[in-house]
Amino acid sequence: MARITAGVATSHVPAIGAALDLGKSDNDYWKPLFDGYDWSKQWIANEKPDVIFLVYNDHASAFSLAVLPTFAIGCAESYAIADEGFGPRPVPEVIGHPDLACHIAESLILDEFDMTIINEMAVDHGLTVPLSLMYGQPDAWPVKVVPLAVNVVEYPQPTGNRCFELGKAIRRAIRSYPEDLNVQIWGTGGMSHQLQGPRAGFINSAFDHEFFDQLVNDPDTLKKVPHLEYLRESGSEGIEMIMWLIMRGALGKKVKELYRFYHVPASNTAVGHLVLKPGK
Amino acid sequence: MNEHEEFDDIPGTTVFTTQRSRQGFHLNQFCMSLMKAENRERFRANERGYLDEWPMTEAQKLAVLARDYNAAIAEGGNIYFLAKIFATDGKSFQEAAASMTGMTTDEYAAMMLAGGRSPEGQRSIREGY
Repeated sequence: MARITAGVATSHVPAIGAALDLGKSDNDYWKPLFDGYDWSKQWIANEKPDVIFLVYNDHASAFSLAVLPTFAIGCAESYAIADEGFGPRPVPEVIGHPDLACHIAESLILDEFDMTIINEMAVDHGLTVPLSLMYGQPDAWPVKVVPLAVNVVEYPQPTGNRCFELGKAIRRAIRSYPEDLNVQIWGTGGMSHQLQGPRAGFINSAFDHEFFDQLVNDPDTLKKVPHLEYLRESGSEGIEMIMWLIMRGALGKKVKELYRFYHVPASNTAVGHLVLKPGK
Repeated sequence: MNEHEEFDDIPGTTVFTTQRSRQGFHLNQFCMSLMKAENRERFRANERGYLDEWPMTEAQKLAVLARDYNAAIAEGGNIYFLAKIFATDGKSFQEAAASMTGMTTDEYAAMMLAGGRSPEGQRSIREGY
């Protein structure tokens, strides 16, 4: 049977991708950030997951306002790299796992999560920057990806509780897949940041650290945090952190924290990163 | 106070609600069109002419021409869509964000390096905390 072997959380700031693509990752500004992922790169090289179930949000790349799904799962064989206005990032195309994805999609819908099914989609920095942070710059990604796109762009985003419950359903779905696969689940986005209006540049490191601690040890409290509190306390774009709750929900009751990293700033954003293992 | 009134109590922030999405639909769809290189070329060659192909309000078009992102947001624009405009201009997200704060690009970059904008006094207009 397929196994969920780890959970990873990471921010997905577009400027991180640009820094890597333009060869700036060793300069004074970016080096401390990339150094914070050295441990994780080594770790994942040893773990060798077969598939990443990658929870992210599209940033007006695949989904315009014509159709905006709340939860959408990718069942495609591959995903092109989106042109976000300055040409596509020079990274390999993303290879899917259609059979696992279709199994999860069916399981989730029968479990009463009304998923949107995607068979063709370009993926943007929300999905490719986490891959770059964890795998560097390979010629081909050494892992298959099942993408789950969550609406965090337009209010109301799904509640924290709904995200956490969806994570639990994803756990049931993956663990009922007959093939022996090493599957990791990643939650991306965050941490505190605001990209718009006179309050742009907002960072709340106290909120971010509390979020880390509660995500690991007390997700049942964290999942009740309402939209308004994210908007006030973590900046208008900090609400992306609800996607970390999907990852956490898929790991079961107890987790062991293997690694934590926090860095300010990457462009406008506080960067957070966690590696978790299910069980004690 | 209902939730939408609470949103308006957050300083310097516009929450992109379903109503604002409706208000800004054509503005944001115009932004999406800039994901194609040939459209970026046509827009650069004649910005006003390109905008006139879209059923946008005059206020929306003027906000785009002035690169006044606060005005564009007030007219229903969303920052992830508006990002296609400043990407077309070759500007970074940090430069665009700085332009909305009344700070220079250098002042804003220095604030971020020093840990970002403090939450103190930035959570609620009414409560002042």
